[in-house]
Amino acid sequence: MSSTSVLGGVVRRREDPALIQGGGRYTDDVKLAGTAHAAFVRSPFAHANVLSVDTSAAEAMDGVLAVYTAADVEHLGPLVAQVPVGALRPLLNNGTVKHVGEAVAMVVAVDPYVARDAADAVDVDYDALPAVVDLKHSLSDEMLVHGDMESNTLISWTGPFGADADALAAVKAGIDEQKSRDDVVVVSQEMINQRLIPVPIEPRSVLADYQIGYGRFDVYSSTQIPSALAGAIGKYFGMALNQVTVKAMEVGGGFGCKLNVYNDEVLVAFASKQLGCPVKWTETRREAANSTIQGRGWIATATMTGTTDGEILGFELDGIADMGAYSQNFTVAIPFLGVFVGSGQYSFPTHWKMDCVTTHTMTTDAYRGAGRPEAAYYLERILDMYSRKIGMDPAEVRRKNYIPASEFPGAVSPMGFPMDTGDYEANLDAALESAGWSGLLAERDAARAEGRHVGVGIATYVEVCGFGPSGLVDLGFSWAEYQMPSAFNGSSLVRVHPDGSATVSIGTGPSGQGHQTTWAQIVGDGLGMDVDRIRVIHGDTEEAPPSIGTFGSRSAAVDGSACYEATQKVQAKAARIAAHLLEASEDDIEFADGGAHVAGTDSSVGWDEIAKAAYQPHVLPEGMEGGLEAHAIFSPGNATWPFGTHIAMVEVDAATGDVRLLRYIGMDDCGNVISPMIVDGQIHGGIAQGVGQAMFEDAVYDMDGNLLSASLVDYILPTAVDLPSFELGRTVTPTDINPLGVKGIGEAGTIGAAQTVVNAVVDALESLGVTHIDMPLRPQRVWQAIQDAQA
Amino acid sequence: MKVSMSVNGRQVSGEAEPRTLLVHFLRENLGLTGTHVGCESSYCGACTISLDGQAVLSCTMLAAQADGAEVTTVEGLARNGELHPVQEGFWERHGLQCGFCTPGMIMSAVTLLDENDNPSEEEIRRGIEGNLCRCTGYHNIVRAIEYAGAKMRGEEPAPAEWEDA
Ligand code: FES
Ligand code: FES
Repeated sequence: MSSTSVLGGVVRRREDPALIQGGGRYTDDVKLAGTAHAAFVRSPFAHANVLSVDTSAAEAMDGVLAVYTAADVEHLGPLVAQVPVGALRPLLNNGTVKHVGEAVAMVVAVDPYVARDAADAVDVDYDALPAVVDLKHSLSDEMLVHGDMESNTLISWTGPFGADADALAAVKAGIDEQKSRDDVVVVSQEMINQRLIPVPIEPRSVLADYQIGYGRFDVYSSTQIPSALAGAIGKYFGMALNQVTVKAMEVGGGFGCKLNVYNDEVLVAFASKQLGCPVKWTETRREAANSTIQGRGWIATATMTGTTDGEILGFELDGIADMGAYSQNFTVAIPFLGVFVGSGQYSFPTHWKMDCVTTHTMTTDAYRGAGRPEAAYYLERILDMYSRKIGMDPAEVRRKNYIPASEFPGAVSPMGFPMDTGDYEANLDAALESAGWSGLLAERDAARAEGRHVGVGIATYVEVCGFGPSGLVDLGFSWAEYQMPSAFNGSSLVRVHPDGSATVSIGTGPSGQGHQTTWAQIVGDGLGMDVDRIRVIHGDTEEAPPSIGTFGSRSAAVDGSACYEATQKVQAKAARIAAHLLEASEDDIEFADGGAHVAGTDSSVGWDEIAKAAYQPHVLPEGMEGGLEAHAIFSPGNATWPFGTHIAMVEVDAATGDVRLLRYIGMDDCGNVISPMIVDGQIHGGIAQGVGQAMFEDAVYDMDGNLLSASLVDYILPTAVDLPSFELGRTVTPTDINPLGVKGIGEAGTIGAAQTVVNAVVDALESLGVTHIDMPLRPQRVWQAIQDAQA
Repeated sequence: MKVSMSVNGRQVSGEAEPRTLLVHFLRENLGLTGTHVGCESSYCGACTISLDGQAVLSCTMLAAQADGAEVTTVEGLARNGELHPVQEGFWERHGLQCGFCTPGMIMSAVTLLDENDNPSEEEIRRGIEGNLCRCTGYHNIVRAIEYAGAKMRGEEPAPAEWEDA
């Protein structure tokens, strides 16, 4: 699609020349002399008492440097968690293991092959116990996941946010009261939002280098949160923050799963300190399925109450969310993000409740969208079923129930959250126009007349991102364990060097989002400097000011704003210097084309001259300090609320259940756009992950807690042939809570996609009597749904 | 055991254990870390290289099996500082985000275009089916390969979608 950047123009990504020539430096590419390699001994049982751990055979092997068990690391305590509700993960567990793949021991050897062999040689005796896997079973508390806890339910999130029990009951009673009206229908459906494995193509990797004598750590990690990892390492080993450097260089995709401090990171650091040599661990793909967090995993009943002419009177969601065995970084907070968007972009009363339960499975945490795709899925699926029930165009039902544009600014969602900006109807109209809605429906009907099962699905969403106000810390989102008192701020440092080039350093580290390019564009725009003169340093805690990291679609809105503000400060000082050099008024100075200009004249001075002066205090204006750099911390007053409309067209082969995605139209609104190229790319990838959930991906555990889809043979990701080219458009409703007017786009595609596809498939199968199919819509399941509906 | 092969036009040899995978030989012995390991089990395509002109997965081959072969990795594509059209296409059309699948994806695309420099979208998609990308949804990878095809045919590539009309 065509659209212009707020900063004018598209810049090819600056990170690409290295990445397309094999020069990208990812963690596993780093080689330090004398590096030893770690491997883990992992539990094959979901729940078992560890009776004994015999490390003697492994220790006797050639090339093995050490084998560590729980006793060696117990003094360090469990793995830190930001929201420590529920059981915390032991770094190594020799007591009662709680999920398949839990780490029991760690081997360190001279090379990775030897380390893996030695891990196999560690002899662990287990006494297997029955496992709790099913969510309803867990909720019943018939069997406890952790014997020392009173209940498997860790927390229940309810909405509207902040409502006490009486207020919640009143909302519920208000909705219930409507249900008996003659002109009202009630539609209810239990639906599964299945567990997913994030699968960045780069497995996680960590290399810790404890420097003997210097008493310092350099830690290289494939992480989204380098500052937090540095804080955690400092805390575990009693070291000041200035003694720990974490470098997240190129990160090969994250999608939330690298937004954790992991026990392996702490353990590898521990081994490096013990052994006095660098230690590296890179997870294998199969191992990753149970050593890296998973996402989603909800079962819930959605109920919609509304009149026969499309006025929705209430939405209720009641369900259970799977936290897995241990709480890590965000775990129990993920469904809370669902509360934020529980009522979507609508104005109807909403009653929302999710019980967060623990099970004998791998931990769940943030996976792209994190709570918001789940919430949007239930809302938009049931809204679709309701539209079908009353026989109204699903687009028109949505329109009828939106919060009107006239309520912005100042709109407060029925869930109790103030939202920044929105114009949902304009976005819907743009999507319908772009898709050619009535033509699309006609096309569908023509195909149906030929006996084909073609369906069109629509879904709209609002999401919440760009966290956020530093006051979130007071809501319990404390990053204290990571030594991050003001975690939710953005932070950036801009420095102009004596030769007139500039460096911007920023604590967030990208995993594909193009920060090398975007930050340079922001600085370049503010200083009128060519982006090639600007170096971006990110993901390096030694060189960049602390920032919590890249997640929750927050980098541009929060750290980008910090980058903008630091640039403004540098610009202001440079303007004074330039005015002094040019003997002009500061107010007339403009920055463009590599220097400062006096407006309306041809008087100008280049950055080289301005910079030179900045470092020669004697030529500066009276009283001005030398140097030309600025630091800015940006703390937004709210999160941002992007929104959009997605439309899909599918064809189902009723004989085989095979689903083909024919068209996918996205109309997203993320406020102002810095790089249309990067924004569209984020949406493409986001949609692909939503479609992946809708059609292919499924982390399946059996009743004994074995993950049946640990390899990429069984965990099916969309390939190029499964997806069409996407047809994107955008509306632009700038946010008013940051100076760039940007909202964030990293997760929007995923948040909008799954229900769009499922709505389309159900539409395709309407004539066969199918009203709902749980994801993923693989052929066998679709075929079965058709058979069931026909029976 | 000693293994010798030509890699990116240079004759190389090194010691490898019989069980050493070709991808590890390239990465660890030769220091060519452009070839990535995404799964080590032949499902992701991140380790794709060219071996005697064929796209192969270097994680499913032993180094010993490549003895005497002619190998090209992503590091060997650019000539005299000039990018291969496929590399250029990935850069020009935003065919990569995190870049981790990219070397393998590029090697598959090179083989694909060597066989057919004017593939349809469907042929492109089938040609890279064995390469998983988690970031791009493949959309811009297809555009990148179309761009490269046009360049290789000596034609003007279609304008980028984000360029102002
Ligand atoms: S690493 Fe070879 S196919 Fe995945
Ligand atoms: S660009 Fe990240 S996996 Fe393809």
